[in-house]
Amino acid sequence: MKATCWMGRNTVQVQEVPDPKILNARDAIVQISSTAICGSDLHLVDGYVPSMVKGDILGHEFMGEVVEVGKGVNNLKVGDRVVVPFPIACGACTACQNEAYSLCENSNPNAWMAEELWGHSTAGIFGYSHLTGGYAGGQAEYARVPFADVGPLKVPDGMTDEQALFLSDILPTGYMGAEMCDIRPGDIVAIWGAGPVGQFAIVSAFLLGAERVIAIDRFPYRLQMAREKAGAETINYEETDVLDALKEMTGGRGPDACIDAAGLEAHGHGAAYAYDRVKQAAKLETDRPTALRQAIMACRNGGTVSIVGVYGGFVDKFPIGSVMNRSLTIKAGQTHVHRYMRPLLERIQNGEIDPTFIITHTLPLEQAPHGYELFKHKQDNCEKVVLKA
Amino acid sequence: MAIGQAQRGLENGKGQRLARALGWFSHGLGLAQLIAPSDVARLIGIKDDDDNRALLRAIGVREIVPGLAILVRPRPVGWLWARLAGDAMDLALLGAALTSKNVRRDRVAAATAAVVGVTALDVLCATRLRSGRAAVEETAPQDDTRGVEKAITVNRPPEEVYALWRDFENLPRFMLHLESVEVMGDGRSHWKAKAPAGRTVEWDAEIVDDRPNELIAWRSLEGSDVQNSGSVRFNPAPGGRGTEVRVKLQYDPPAGAVGVTVAKLFGEEPNQQLREDVYRFKQVLETGEVVRSEGSLDGARLRQRPAQPPEDATVP
Ligand SMILES: NC(=O)c1ccc[n+]([C@@H]2O[C@H](COP(=O)([O-])OP(=O)(O)OC[C@H]3O[C@@H](n4cnc5c(N)ncnc54)[C@H](O)[C@@H]3O)[C@@H](O)[C@H]2O)c1
Ligand SMILES: [Zn+2]
Ligand SMILES: [Zn+2]
Repeated sequence: MKATCWMGRNTVQVQEVPDPKILNARDAIVQISSTAICGSDLHLVDGYVPSMVKGDILGHEFMGEVVEVGKGVNNLKVGDRVVVPFPIACGACTACQNEAYSLCENSNPNAWMAEELWGHSTAGIFGYSHLTGGYAGGQAEYARVPFADVGPLKVPDGMTDEQALFLSDILPTGYMGAEMCDIRPGDIVAIWGAGPVGQFAIVSAFLLGAERVIAIDRFPYRLQMAREKAGAETINYEETDVLDALKEMTGGRGPDACIDAAGLEAHGHGAAYAYDRVKQAAKLETDRPTALRQAIMACRNGGTVSIVGVYGGFVDKFPIGSVMNRSLTIKAGQTHVHRYMRPLLERIQNGEIDPTFIITHTLPLEQAPHGYELFKHKQDNCEKVVLKA
Repeated sequence: MAIGQAQRGLENGKGQRLARALGWFSHGLGLAQLIAPSDVARLIGIKDDDDNRALLRAIGVREIVPGLAILVRPRPVGWLWARLAGDAMDLALLGAALTSKNVRRDRVAAATAAVVGVTALDVLCATRLRSGRAAVEETAPQDDTRGVEKAITVNRPPEEVYALWRDFENLPRFMLHLESVEVMGDGRSHWKAKAPAGRTVEWDAEIVDDRPNELIAWRSLEGSDVQNSGSVRFNPAPGGRGTEVRVKLQYDPPAGAVGVTVAKLFGEEPNQQLREDVYRFKQVLETGEVVRSEGSLDGARLRQRPAQPPEDATVP
């Protein structure tokens, strides 16, 4: 089959690889119809996540048709159309039973690696380095889906791929980012990053009752989408001092909650940014927390900072004094996608959410490398790339 | 004495973890210098010319080799000193860069400060591990038995967890170095383990303590080639959260050639092996089997294959 492979830093190629096989009784094989490129894939391709191996198949946002099931899968049959959550979860461990699916205790065969870096391991993730399992990803014609009796959600007839695909990751991620803010009536939420995750965080914050949502980015086309499609107010951080603007917009209080939807490759200006670039290039820190630092400084006293942007390892110059002295709450996590898929599917069905507005590019799988270029460099007003296998 | 030893053991554990983290770090730094010397040169403010690129590549190799070694060696003392020597070299180079023309001084200064920080960490790590090694050598003459211990919590009641282990024939399902265990009755069992070069090593063992749902202890019979013993304890986790499992293995490598084989048999890193074994034990109990990924076809593996479907249909 054809698959999008990581061939080294900044090198993505579509290659011919063996077809997937059932390796565990609870596996299913899915023939992929649609798959997408995520901001998390950029962190891998740009070389910020350790433990990638040349030839790794990328991709963790995918859906398609079941073509084979292992003997331990009773709820799916060949021909079912499913969307697959990006964390791999067993459904039986304590974390899964607490619905903390991205913390599944059994799905990362390389748990020891993650333990070295993070103290404890997380769940396995499709196409997302060997630290999180070394699983083949879904930017391919087929994928093996472990614990297929737990993860995949059947897509109702009449729902298009474009409507269902983002249930695999970014719609639940935006939603969880907003949910972690504990939004109360009158709350103002600020969101760093107007990428796909940021857009869905805006939509979700409104659904959860936010009074106002303020999106921060530097790409005018992304900010325009945040205003026109998601209903946010916007700040372009290249034109305006973000901390001043947020104080002004919130009557001096600061936003009640701040969401970091930018992650470890955040961009910035000035000495602190140069410092992070140097340290990151020399691998003395793995992550560049420009947006996160700002989100912390901006948040009102006693407010919540919700981190859904991905961080891999270590950061410097973390404003812990601001967190401690001002009673901030920090919440974070890889999304517990399974928890949100069904309720969000219902919201799509009854028209409360139309997730298709973020799609700007649809390409055949063969053109995945071009899709990565567009998405990485934000060319051609690219917001989200969907690949058709 | 006992307390002193335990403390040194603890320190040593910490040192090893630190060493492992430095391994990752070294690796990353080295790779960046190897793959993108121009970028690194630009970023740390040294002129991006052929000489400097070659230099940075050389430093890259210097970083990767000890970096990998720290990751895979159980007790990486020698390699750590290599890293330290490397840091000294980096410092000297950065010092030279600071005083030469063609540099952005602020950037070089930032890089120097960073390297100094890491060097301090390296020194700490090397001394910790060295004292750890000394502790091992001190005790070696009296008692050559090596032991490893691991704990894990399984989301199943003690009866079930005990039952899976108590049938020793189950052990090879999650202890990958075992080929088979045959239960012979009378608390006795026959063990076959994979040895290097396709050989197998065999021994007989007997159960020396068996308290249902609480404890199983066993040891090899007198006269076995491979003297070893083990125990596993089961305690209910607080709040009905399953069972805490604590496994302890000891083995006594005989001297000479057989000794070398036996040491290998228990893995280059018995600690690492047991850690993966207990994790697989949990998988078997909670999910029904050992979980496989394309990168780790038979469960955890130090050497990863690419995350692509295997060529061969009869896996693993
Ligand atoms: N928690 C999860 O489970 C999960 C799931 C999916 C994605 N993610 C992460 O979410 C993040 C966003 O993903 P995406 O697909 O939207 O990526 P993206 O690259 O399209 O979006 C990131 C946006 O952040 C903006 N940005 C960069 N620096 C900024 C700054 N200093 N201030 C404000 N905005 C800044 C960029 O301009 C860009 O528009 C990534 O880190 C990704 O890894 C997390
Ligand atoms: Zn994603
Ligand atoms: Zn689980």
